[in-house]
Amino acid sequence: MDQDVPLIEIRNLVKHFGSVIALSGVSLTVNRGEVMCLLGDNGAGKSTLIKTLAGVHRPTSGDFLVEGRPVSFTSPRDALDAGIATVYQDLAMISLMSVTRNFFMGREPVKGVWPFRRVDFDHCDAVTREEMQRIGIDVRDPHQAVGTLSGGERQCVAIARAVYFGAKVLILDEPTSALGVAQTSMVLKYIHQVRQKGLGVIFITHNVRHAYAVGDRFTVLNRGKTLGTYDKAGIQIDELQNLMAGGKELQAVSAELGGMV
Amino acid sequence: MVNTTQPTADLSPPPAVKQIQDERLRDVSLVTKIMRRPELGALAGLVLVAIFFVSTADASMFTLAGIMNILSPAAQLGILAIAAALLMIGGEFDLSIGSMVAFTGLIFGAFITLNSWPLLLAIVATFGLAALLGGLNGQIVIRSRLPSFIVTLAFLFILRGLSLVGLKWATGGSTQMRGIGDQAGEGLIRELFSGVAFEGVFAWLAANDLIGKFPNGTPTVTGVPVSIVWFVGFALLATWILLRTRAGNWIFAAGGDPNAARNSGVPVDRVKTALFMLTAFAAALVAVLTVLDAGSTDARRGFQKEFEAIIAAVIGGCLLTGGYGSAIGAFFGAIIFGMVSIGLTYTRFDSDWFQVFLGAMLLLAVLFNNFIRRKVTGER
Repeated sequence: MDQDVPLIEIRNLVKHFGSVIALSGVSLTVNRGEVMCLLGDNGAGKSTLIKTLAGVHRPTSGDFLVEGRPVSFTSPRDALDAGIATVYQDLAMISLMSVTRNFFMGREPVKGVWPFRRVDFDHCDAVTREEMQRIGIDVRDPHQAVGTLSGGERQCVAIARAVYFGAKVLILDEPTSALGVAQTSMVLKYIHQVRQKGLGVIFITHNVRHAYAVGDRFTVLNRGKTLGTYDKAGIQIDELQNLMAGGKELQAVSAELGGMV
Repeated sequence: MVNTTQPTADLSPPPAVKQIQDERLRDVSLVTKIMRRPELGALAGLVLVAIFFVSTADASMFTLAGIMNILSPAAQLGILAIAAALLMIGGEFDLSIGSMVAFTGLIFGAFITLNSWPLLLAIVATFGLAALLGGLNGQIVIRSRLPSFIVTLAFLFILRGLSLVGLKWATGGSTQMRGIGDQAGEGLIRELFSGVAFEGVFAWLAANDLIGKFPNGTPTVTGVPVSIVWFVGFALLATWILLRTRAGNWIFAAGGDPNAARNSGVPVDRVKTALFMLTAFAAALVAVLTVLDAGSTDARRGFQKEFEAIIAAVIGGCLLTGGYGSAIGAFFGAIIFGMVSIGLTYTRFDSDWFQVFLGAMLLLAVLFNNFIRRKVTGER
């Protein structure tokens, strides 16, 4: 496999919902071992974009290539099979179900012949325990309900699940937005770890500081268009913040409040 | 997906997992383990109810014959309750199951008496039609995105009405259809759905003076009514499916959070449709069992069973919001029902206390379930 071919490349992606133009020509690339941060204010089209990448929406027009090959997903399952896994902010886990059951949800390994085919829960428990250990989650019992985990732990388990099942590209939809400081650093640390394993990560966030902490490149969306893509070396954190918020207004507010917003 | 278990390329050197793991393994206390079981409430309730009747009821209630008396109505309700429990765990309701019993009973009777079909064909056709109606219920709920509560409430009345109209049409004005038992004939198929099972075992037990017998040597209880065998078998099968199979995991997932389940590749709509088909199928099974047992069918068959089934499922630990519950809990819930409805006749209490008890039990169960759910998930 050619290492230089981007994992994901989209060019001039357009998505209309009836008369609403949600995306009007978005382009971006994601490479191996890279965290691409997708920044943008509310309504910029971030959600539409990731849902298109995840196979929930079909693009109206534009190119969508995975490892150099054009793809057309009809369901989230197609995207998963192509190695694109999405971890949604609040829809990642089912809190009433055990960690193990969540981890293998939709991909339960089975043993035995039909009609005695059953889920190999011993294997599931062992894998879950081991994977949680790798992340460093101090959880000892994979049978406990996911609802007992903290928000950060839940995000990490969701990411670990995607990695375990062979994701090449991880789309993380605001994984840190609802978390406290310690939890956020836990998730960011794990994102860094995932990048080192050679996966491509699309990290969607509102928070420029979180983005700057782990991001290699930054793509800013505004009103359904890419404003531009910047390398970490080529841009400062305040510039990024201004780009994201559309510039002047925020500076004015910032001055008024006597500090950085 | 064929090969689902392959781990990805080993991403980091596996740390000395074993040793650390052992240190970190927290002893999950027995109490926690028990508390986590959704059927705990139903089992505790059953014990309490049994203690109540042991201390107040006539001793004959807990003889072999008395226990069969309790289990027979429990079995009919239980088959419905277990199916209702699976559907509730899957996040939906089916209020049409009681009417479905009446409707499929009528259809079954008509196949036998009007069409003179052989029993096997009539049974298979009845089950097929029930599954079709259940599938229709499910498809309407899924496609319209309306609450299943309201869609199946409509079917509660539609099917009850159709049963009445159909009965009058088929019998020329009566609301009862007779002669089904005589037309159905005898044979292996008949024995699977009516009469008693394990007669040999009971005869042997009586011959060895292990159970009561009449002076002529026949046991006072000749066997286990087949409906009880179906009930126990169905409870075991449903529990196995729920706890050990992929379909079971999908049922929990579909009810727990359909969006998260879908995002993980669980075919939520298919799971829900299958569950609606299952409840209708269970209703048809109860219809066949009771119609063959009584030899006739009438329009009031299965009346209000939808509520009793849901109550039994809730007593069994099912949350009204879905995603949590147990089939074996519904099994215990149904036995509590049978014990109280039959047991009151063995006591000095008026049988009409049954309804009071029903409401109180439901309220207690819901409060208890809510408390347990918070414990389990750490919600505050």
